[in-house]
Amino acid sequence: MNEKKSKKGAFIALVCVAVLLALTIVLENTLDPTKNIMLFTVLKKGAVYALVASSMNLLNGFTGLFSLGQAGFMLLGAYTYAILTIPTDTRSAVYYLYGGCAINFSLPELFGGGAAGLILGVLIALILAGCVAAAVAWLIGLPVLRLKSDYLAIATLGFAEIIRAVFQWDKLGPVTNGANALKGFPTFSSFNIKGGLRLSTFVAFLLAAVCIGVILLLINSSYGRAFKAIREDEVAAEAMGINLSRHKRLSFCISSFFAGVGGGMFAMFATQAQAKTFTTAMTYEILLIVVIGGIGSISGSCIASFLYLACSEWWLRFLDTEVVLKSGFKVPLLRNGFRMVVFSIIIMVVVLFFRKGIMGDKELPDLFRARKNAKVKGGEGNG
Amino acid sequence: MAENILRLEDITMQFGGVVAVNDLSLHVDEGEIVALIGPNGAGKTTAFNCVTGVYEPTNGRVSLLGDVIVENHPQGKMKGQYLGENAGKYTQVVRHTPDQITQRGVARTFQNIRLFGALTVFENVLIAKHMRAKQNFLSAAFRLNAKEEKRMRDEAMALLKEQDLAQYKDEVAASLPYGLQRRLEIARALATNPKLLLLDEPAAGMNPQETQELTDFIRKIRGEYGLTIFMIEHHMDLVMQISDRIYVLDFGKLIAQGSPAQVQNDQRVIEAYLGVADDAEN
Ligand SMILES: Nc1ncnc2c1ncn2[C@@H]1O[C@H](COP(=O)(O)OP(=O)(O)O)[C@@H](O)[C@H]1O
Ligand SMILES: [Mg+2]
Repeated sequence: MNEKKSKKGAFIALVCVAVLLALTIVLENTLDPTKNIMLFTVLKKGAVYALVASSMNLLNGFTGLFSLGQAGFMLLGAYTYAILTIPTDTRSAVYYLYGGCAINFSLPELFGGGAAGLILGVLIALILAGCVAAAVAWLIGLPVLRLKSDYLAIATLGFAEIIRAVFQWDKLGPVTNGANALKGFPTFSSFNIKGGLRLSTFVAFLLAAVCIGVILLLINSSYGRAFKAIREDEVAAEAMGINLSRHKRLSFCISSFFAGVGGGMFAMFATQAQAKTFTTAMTYEILLIVVIGGIGSISGSCIASFLYLACSEWWLRFLDTEVVLKSGFKVPLLRNGFRMVVFSIIIMVVVLFFRKGIMGDKELPDLFRARKNAKVKGGEGNG
Repeated sequence: MAENILRLEDITMQFGGVVAVNDLSLHVDEGEIVALIGPNGAGKTTAFNCVTGVYEPTNGRVSLLGDVIVENHPQGKMKGQYLGENAGKYTQVVRHTPDQITQRGVARTFQNIRLFGALTVFENVLIAKHMRAKQNFLSAAFRLNAKEEKRMRDEAMALLKEQDLAQYKDEVAASLPYGLQRRLEIARALATNPKLLLLDEPAAGMNPQETQELTDFIRKIRGEYGLTIFMIEHHMDLVMQISDRIYVLDFGKLIAQGSPAQVQNDQRVIEAYLGVADDAEN
């Protein structure tokens, strides 16, 4: 009975996602993107952050491993994606400080260029971006995952900082372009058809939706249950025959894989990849999204991602501009930087008073189910 | 000679200067119900933890059906600090993690119930099926082997039905009343298909009637699942009723062993257990 219900829930979720995807196409082709820059920025960045937050939730919320390495794995993904997709003829311009790039092929060109080459090249580059992040996670997983809670957080945070420094290292310039940005690779806007449909937001949503779908499938599989068992009680999980180190490492690698893909998508969104953007502050932003959405809820992470970005980048912008009323009265407090003050207070209130976040550890279909059950029970009570 | 299903030889577990288990040797034979009793802090739970791989004993050997699963001798810093006996008798080092020992057919429950609190009753039992599932994370995520998943679910469901827990299957484990949590923990252990079941104070916190039910229950599962049971218990009436043999531990040392009647009349046991023995008679 429960299985049927969960199948029904999955079906409803699938329909919702399809509607959402269609909506992004409609929105982008009816509204003028140049006049609604903020809306589309929030939508695209929101999609990327939703994926990265979900990947962090897989590790922190579902496996109970408190890791803060997300920005480091995103960086690995962003650079992998950029290096594999910058067109060969623009490489010398991008890498001019180092007299050209050490790697001289571009995946979209290898696949014959054009629309098909672009789609295949970007897809494969994103998958490889994830693979590189996962491979590094596999390597550092063995020593790092033996650490308990706080120590694990510190170790992964340190790892992300080291990665950031390494990628700015001058000696690696011919590959990473040193401290300079990588540019010129395909972005979300590359998927807009000239004189036709604008698909940049749709592509961002589609990629994020597919990845988050895979994360959800995994969470609802036997492995997802094993992860949750580890989160609930490591000693009991081991007593049930679950190999702790193997499963922790697996969760760490999968989480990093999707952080890597998310990093590649972040590069597509930002139209450039530069090591200095993948700071600890970025990891904290993602952690906040996870906490606000609810630790252990993927739908929470997705909703919170858009809400968070809309607040931080868009809705609170007016707080940063001074307003002088017609009477000559200058509205107090409104000035550059005030937005961040208000924003920090909102976040503090959320973390202090709504610790379970928007969704707690429930997913959207659970809420509908809970309401239905409540109605049935209520009905019985009345009857 | 038939192999003992479980055999402990000279097991010593030392925490710093505290010898929690001191030179413990015992055996459990196939189909038996054997009890390990002793006052609080005697080292009973520690002995279980040495068998299941949670602790690595300082010295001694544990074998399961003739295979050595744990063996150790004082090494490194312990060499100088070792307070036990039989140093030098064991030379190999054999380690297994708790999950490997569970896969070899030893299941256990915990003195302080350790369920997966936020998961449902059904999921708690289903998790036991994960270790033997023939699928990797990709085939599991992409549902490439639906038969395997269905088999796991069917087995878990069948077990819940056998254990009269089916009606609670969608309840969150932490929300169950105490008695049901105890039963669920045993059901979860049974779901790993064990040969040997270790129960750590299964009757803790139960009233006399519940304890009597538990007594019948333990006998029943031994028969139905062909189990051997090794249990730690404080309730003397339970222990005396169902144990084939009893080992008595005090301050980490074995002070008596034998049939319930023999142990009950042992002078040292009466001394160590004075308070509890009085309770049992009331
Ligand atoms: N991890 C540990 N570290 C230090 N001392 C321990 C540890 N585990 C148990 N002990 C000590 O070992 C002794 C026996 O404990 P335990 O096996 O739990 O007793 P019992 O189960 O018989 O009541 C106690 O003195 C306890 O303090
Ligand atoms: Mg104990």
